[in-house]
Amino acid sequence: MESVLDPPVLARRRDTARSLGVAFAVTVALLIVAPFVIYPIFLMKALCFALFACAFNLLIGYVGLVSFGHAMFFGWASYLTAHAAKVWGLPPELAILIGTATAAVLGLVAGGLAIRRQGIYFAMITLALAQMMFFFALQAKFTGGEDGIQGVPRGRLFGLFDLNGEMTMYLFILVVVVAGLLLIYRIINSPFGEVLTAIRENEQRAISLGYNVERYKLVAFVLSATLAGLAGSLKALVFQLASLTDVHWTMSGDVLLMTLLGGLGTVFGPVVGAFLVVAMQSYLAPFGQWVLVIQGAIFVVCVLAFRRGIVGELAHALRVRL
Amino acid sequence: MFEIFGIPSQALFGQLLLGLINGSFYALLSLGLAVIFGMLNIINFAHGAQYMMGAFAAYLLLQHAGIGYWEALVIAPIVVGATGILVERLFLMHLRKLDPLYGLLLTFGLAIVIEGVFRNSYGSSGLPYQVPESLQGGHNLGFMFLPNYRAWVIVLSLAVCLATWFAIERTRLGSYLRAATENPVLVRAFGINVPRMVTLTYGFGVGLAALAGVMAAPIYNVSPQMGSDLIIVVFAVVVIGGMGSIMGAILTGFTLGIVEGLTKVFFPEASSTVIFVIMAIVLLIRPAGFFGRTA
Repeated sequence: MESVLDPPVLARRRDTARSLGVAFAVTVALLIVAPFVIYPIFLMKALCFALFACAFNLLIGYVGLVSFGHAMFFGWASYLTAHAAKVWGLPPELAILIGTATAAVLGLVAGGLAIRRQGIYFAMITLALAQMMFFFALQAKFTGGEDGIQGVPRGRLFGLFDLNGEMTMYLFILVVVVAGLLLIYRIINSPFGEVLTAIRENEQRAISLGYNVERYKLVAFVLSATLAGLAGSLKALVFQLASLTDVHWTMSGDVLLMTLLGGLGTVFGPVVGAFLVVAMQSYLAPFGQWVLVIQGAIFVVCVLAFRRGIVGELAHALRVRL
Repeated sequence: MFEIFGIPSQALFGQLLLGLINGSFYALLSLGLAVIFGMLNIINFAHGAQYMMGAFAAYLLLQHAGIGYWEALVIAPIVVGATGILVERLFLMHLRKLDPLYGLLLTFGLAIVIEGVFRNSYGSSGLPYQVPESLQGGHNLGFMFLPNYRAWVIVLSLAVCLATWFAIERTRLGSYLRAATENPVLVRAFGINVPRMVTLTYGFGVGLAALAGVMAAPIYNVSPQMGSDLIIVVFAVVVIGGMGSIMGAILTGFTLGIVEGLTKVFFPEASSTVIFVIMAIVLLIRPAGFFGRTA
């Protein structure tokens, strides 16, 4: 058995850190230049979904739990942020905090229920709970029903930065999303993350080693839900809108597709997947419902022939971790 | 006219009937899911889309070929079941050795494709389908009015459910099926073509969904999204009942339909969420579901 301190392992770790570091630096550099070339609102949307997909990947890729209900965290955080900013008149940082906290609480309740079952049951339970939250959103007065909450003010961040400026907003989103991604990277590379991977690989073994598997799963679920909520809160401010689309099950399907397409359990996969899916939805919008058909077809192709996803295949070909 | 708990009997029994109708569909669909799960070990997310295809098959047969309800009741399940067989042979067969979650993902993708294609062709609004002439009208039972078609749906659904239960639990073919569920390798060693049985089982489960779709066509409108909302409720039903038993799926389906109907009378705001709430409670007190084998 290899000890952690064996030179090859250390060298491999250094390689991994280097390949990831380079990829990370390139990505951030591109994102700083990007708004001068590409429509900023598109980039902000893609960034929000990148965070959403990475939060989702924390659960599916590293714990092996497939949630079909992440729309509830994304959507409800988006509603609460919109409501706090518009009706309560709170500044953006507090509105985001409230939305994210809502997702955390929802994550605690939904996670507590869902982890009582495994595998496909887990998927069905999360889907059913999310559908319940969809109906609540449909019936609640403050969500505005079919209209949603429109005209959400972006406000001034910390009373200093006017987020109505497109570039200011973009930089704010970029900073928060990159911070969120770094946090996720930190989580999966912590001892806590190692235990999560152990649970994914062999749950029985992890239990026999004395880990409280349920506790680990729940914490991972809450973290994933919270970060998905952060993404939803940001999205509410970017589009100045929170609507039923955000809580609908198709949103859970979208984030699943982004993660699957980019690569389950890869660091950069969900980011790539998010950009691709958002781009596809924007550029193919004139084709109406055919976008759905194409998305479904991508699902089928990914599952049949392409289970590592784009980044996963790339990393496999280059023999690095990405 | 009399009242029960301050509710006019007409309203109470009316909703109870509606609950039984919904329950019939929950039972038929969760039964199909359970049969497929037993044999293929996957959750068929496309079940809702296949139910919708059944309803559309009936609609299209009437529009383009003048073929009525009674023939559609036989033709639609066979045609849609055949597409199911194709799906199994083309896609699902290749996932057999993988984590069952991939089956869920693949059928999820298929469901989106099917729904998208139908939306492109027929729009999102519902298309009407007439109740067949011989089942129009109804009977006044004194305490309520019972439309003939609705009575027929409940009776037919019960009959199909019980027949399926009988076929699986009490016949020789069913015993092969159950044996292949337990130990496919051993059953193959006895010279039974298990892969073909798996394919046919999937086709049969899909056919059941399509049959439910034909039955639903005259009650609800025929629309592309009729399946996706229903299937999520059916998933909750399956979580509550557990997929270990055929009879369990049937009983849970009908019971939850009735509970939902009663909720509509006493607490209408909660009627769309009551099944999910029950699911949450069941998960707290009996995580394996009522008829589930503990995993």
